[in-house]
Amino acid sequence: MGKRSNEPFLWALFSSGGVVAALLIPVLLFLYGLAFPLGWLEAPSYQSTLALVRHPLTRLVLFVLCSLPLFHWAHRFRFTLYDGLQIKHLNEVINVLCYGGAIIGTALGGYLLWNIP
Amino acid sequence: MNQTPAYTERHPRWYRTRVSTYWWTGQWSYFKFTLRELTSLSVAYFVIILLLQLRALVRGPEAYAQFQEWLKTPLMIALNAVGLFFVLFHTITWFNLAPKAMVIRVRGKRVPNLMIAAPNYVAWLVISAAVAWVLLGGR
Repeated sequence: MGKRSNEPFLWALFSSGGVVAALLIPVLLFLYGLAFPLGWLEAPSYQSTLALVRHPLTRLVLFVLCSLPLFHWAHRFRFTLYDGLQIKHLNEVINVLCYGGAIIGTALGGYLLWNIP
Repeated sequence: MNQTPAYTERHPRWYRTRVSTYWWTGQWSYFKFTLRELTSLSVAYFVIILLLQLRALVRGPEAYAQFQEWLKTPLMIALNAVGLFFVLFHTITWFNLAPKAMVIRVRGKRVPNLMIAAPNYVAWLVISAAVAWVLLGGR
């Protein structure tokens, strides 16, 4: 029984992901999701986007942005399913789907950022 | 005489009322709580779009142009508008929770909630402005 809970670690990921999401996602979603497609503002060209993403600092920020918010989602959505739908008996499946999804997203982000031409 | 009494394994049956699956629909505060919890879906949605954008960037200019055209479809505009609403909901509720998560005392007095929440909002504004400045070419 003496197994240590990994809940504090997962909660730390949830909380740091929540901060990253709160600070960065609104402005990015507004610009790329609405302002650029609707022509309110001029979108950066392919070349300048590439130049920006080649910078190590941008890559680091984007990698964090691919990873931590997904762990935030995983943690929060897990409890939404527990409380909202009362399907606690599916515990293990939900954990695998949520945290598995976050790990896959992190890996994809790392892979793509590594392969920026 | 035996000092330790023998305990039986028998447990009385717990009394638990059944909670409806729709418990959160009856009251505004419960509904708001559930909306707040569902903001995580928009956060995940954004990361998926970001990953697709990075994939288009890796594939080259044509793929990237195609990705940009795809974002112009009415469905994506609608999804992004809904996503933005929920993400803003997340940001605001998150910063407003900060004073409750961090109770700071200075010389025995509790720092007012506003003093803890305000720096978060300032940081949000500064970071958003910086990101926009970089993406709009610093002009």
